[in-house]
Amino acid sequence: MADQKSLSMTVNGRTRRGRGEPRLTLADFLREQALCTGVHVGCEHGVCGSCTVLMDGEAVRSCLLFAVQADGADITTVEGLAPDPETLHPVQEAFRDCHGLQCGFCTPGFILSVAAFLEANPDPTDDEIRHGIAGNLCRCTGYQGIVAATRQAAAAMRAGE
Amino acid sequence: MAGTAAAGRYVGQSVKRLEDPRLVTGHGRYVDDIALPGMLHAAFGRSDLARAAITQLDTTAAEALEGVRAVFTGADLNPHNDSLRASLYPPTSPAPPANMLADGDVRFVGDPYVMVVAESRYIAEDALDLVEAEFEPLDPVVDYETAADSEHHVHPELGGNLAHDVAVPNPTQQEAFENAAHIITETWHQHRQTNVPMETRGIVASWQPHAGVMEVWASSQSPHEMQLVGARVLGIGEHKMVVHFGDVGGGFGQKMFLGREDMAVLVAAKLLASPLKWIEDRRENLMASNHARIEQMAVSMAVDGDGCFLAADLDQLEDDGAYPLGGPATPGAMAAMLFPGPYRMGPVSWRARTVYTNTCGRGAYRGPWQMESVAREQMIDRVAREVGMDPLELRRRNVLRPGDLPYEAPTGLSFETTISPEQTLEQAAEMIGYDEFRAEQAEAREQGRYLGLGMALYIEPTSMGMGPLGTESAMLRVEVDGSVNVFMGTGSHGQSLETTMAQLVADELGVRPEDVTLHQGHGSGYGFGTGGSRSAVIAGGAARAAASGVRDKVVAIAAHLMEASADDLEVADGVISVRGTPAASMTMAQVAATAYQNSDALPAGMDAGLEHTARYKAPPSTHSNACHMCVCELDPGTGKVSLLRYVVSEDCGVLINPMVVDGQIAGGVAQGIGGVLYEHCVYDESGNPLASTFLDYLVPTAAEVPELETGHVVVPSDTPGGHKGTGEGGAIGAPPAVFNAVADALAPFGAYPNRQPLDPDTVLGLIASASD
Ligand code: FES
Ligand code: FES
Repeated sequence: MADQKSLSMTVNGRTRRGRGEPRLTLADFLREQALCTGVHVGCEHGVCGSCTVLMDGEAVRSCLLFAVQADGADITTVEGLAPDPETLHPVQEAFRDCHGLQCGFCTPGFILSVAAFLEANPDPTDDEIRHGIAGNLCRCTGYQGIVAATRQAAAAMRAGE
Repeated sequence: MAGTAAAGRYVGQSVKRLEDPRLVTGHGRYVDDIALPGMLHAAFGRSDLARAAITQLDTTAAEALEGVRAVFTGADLNPHNDSLRASLYPPTSPAPPANMLADGDVRFVGDPYVMVVAESRYIAEDALDLVEAEFEPLDPVVDYETAADSEHHVHPELGGNLAHDVAVPNPTQQEAFENAAHIITETWHQHRQTNVPMETRGIVASWQPHAGVMEVWASSQSPHEMQLVGARVLGIGEHKMVVHFGDVGGGFGQKMFLGREDMAVLVAAKLLASPLKWIEDRRENLMASNHARIEQMAVSMAVDGDGCFLAADLDQLEDDGAYPLGGPATPGAMAAMLFPGPYRMGPVSWRARTVYTNTCGRGAYRGPWQMESVAREQMIDRVAREVGMDPLELRRRNVLRPGDLPYEAPTGLSFETTISPEQTLEQAAEMIGYDEFRAEQAEAREQGRYLGLGMALYIEPTSMGMGPLGTESAMLRVEVDGSVNVFMGTGSHGQSLETTMAQLVADELGVRPEDVTLHQGHGSGYGFGTGGSRSAVIAGGAARAAASGVRDKVVAIAAHLMEASADDLEVADGVISVRGTPAASMTMAQVAATAYQNSDALPAGMDAGLEHTARYKAPPSTHSNACHMCVCELDPGTGKVSLLRYVVSEDCGVLINPMVVDGQIAGGVAQGIGGVLYEHCVYDESGNPLASTFLDYLVPTAAEVPELETGHVVVPSDTPGGHKGTGEGGAIGAPPAVFNAVADALAPFGAYPNRQPLDPDTVLGLIASASD
């Protein structure tokens, strides 16, 4: 077995330690060692965006990063977004309200991408939304509900600030 | 109960989905989230050649790698399974050999010929690199148009490449042709596409050797197909096949049937007596799961001087690939029979053939026979152009009107009085502002802008009530606390059945949707699963019948306990009350507690408990219909097509949940747009797939799919609740609508497209060759 490196990172506010070969992807580390199975792997080649997580606040594709590259980083997965067990994050709430998901497989990646997008652009036009989320693929919804959800979440997050 | 067509307290409302709280927080349970103690991982070695003899296969080095548990070849695994047959495929029909793994020769790029089982997927893939295999290339059969005549045979066992050939000539069609004012002929081509669920295929199988039980978690649309066919593959009883159903990340037809890999995993898990997981990667999914829509239909249509359709002659040819998923299919026959669609068409002659090629097998993809709408609707636009008539006017002249119904189509299908093609045609025309658009288009052309409008009108047979597809069951139990568990044979993978079935049960039984939990998979009664736009009618029929059976008992118990007349009671939101006297009431929980825990208090002779099982048998077919209209702009400099507007008017009967219906339509429309403009599983002449990543296989993004406007015509069907199916429709109407829009925009150049995809290169080529 190739040499194993020990790994440590903050995942959803908790320190997660683990081990892995240098080739272990961040997606696999998060799914198998940090047990965040909300990180979904849809292509493993950086196009679909299902595996999106926030690394030090930035949306990244965890299938394209090795776990060692995230050693010491602060990671947020979809499991870490809701403030408490009774309340959803405004983006999560909006996806539910607007039917932004059907099978739900692309959803964690979309929710994190939208959260990061709205952080950078709190008041986007529809056109900006469509281009802003064009880095994620959804095969179920035809994006109608996702665009509407992004619109709703933007308004809710602006109102909440 | 039957024929209760009105919306209810919850039916007809856009109830928020019960699935969503877990899915938006990352707490779904997809197959790859299953981890069992001691679980091993499988990876498949796949052919890089379209057709070749395996001259050497040495797995010694792979087996020796640390962490590898076993390496299987075809010779090891195939003897353990004698059939790839799915339950829809007749056992006596000729089919490819039952090779889960290629044995002796490979038959398409991606054909699995070796399977490694190891402690991790990483190690399994390392070991694949150590398998020593040598191949002697053979001439592949890649082109399906010439496959039937090829001297090379994809499956030598079958003695030829023709899988099916069905012809139904109609002598009066010839006669009609002789007297027609116009006969217009074209061959319409679709191209190779694939389903692309965002979750690839996958399975976890765990064998309990002494008990003889196989426990399975699968990404499936049909847990009972897995139970039935899996048990047959393993040679065990269905009662020993425990199929768990979790969250499934889309399927669109791909996950209805077991793939060869699924079967290989089941067999290997049993041989190894160890839990085994296989998760398909995207490259495998794009090149070796299933492809679809590789077909053409040659159409001749006879039309009289007023534009009335007189007769048609059809010749359909489809590519089955090497190992069609679910068995060699004959969708061409369905496509031909459905060709008349929502029009008075006159006699139709048809022929339908499928052929094998050394390519990825064909499988069902949302609206598997939608070639009927593609060929017909594109043909109608062509006819309009040839006879100089407006395409909307031509459709108006021929569309089935309420007075024509019920209608026996010349190909043998019958349409009930509850279809509404004319109404959806008119609603769509109104929504898009048809006349205004034509004026705007003319103006734009003067300014050098090329706009096009395309439309498509179709009838979809949903909820087929025949054979294995004909029924679904629901086992419904009110628990002691008054909450409800319902067990069904469905396989919801995005269709929102946990919500829509709960809405039906809530109205029928008199509880709230959130009081109802739907359970699928193990423990449910046989059902074909979710696909074919069948769940609203067939599963819905079962859910209603089960709920209604329990409701009768709830009312009888409450009447007895409250000393009221059953006729005076109403049940809503879990409360049984005397109509007009709301103070006189009791709760579902009180009734349930009596039924289970104080059965001596029940009316004399009544059985204890509060549960009911019902199986609903659907009528042979329930039809929904819709009209799609869209507007595109074409840039003649770059060949780029942009969609500016997209309108759908549809009739799926009584909507259970309008938000869910609109979502189903939108998803199908996006797939249709992708199919016509972007997606293409390209093969080169040697049979190499060139689109094996998402960089080459272009799934549309939010930037390519326009805002969708939907309108609903509601003519209730005669089935319980008045619903009709809606899952596939978007993907049926969109391809011809988008195609016709582009053809309309190209008309000023004198171009006549007859094949997809209409990517920028193709569009520029059409413009260039038309001006030559
Ligand atoms: S799985 Fe990472 S982008 Fe698709
Ligand atoms: S909801 Fe299924 S892929 Fe987006």
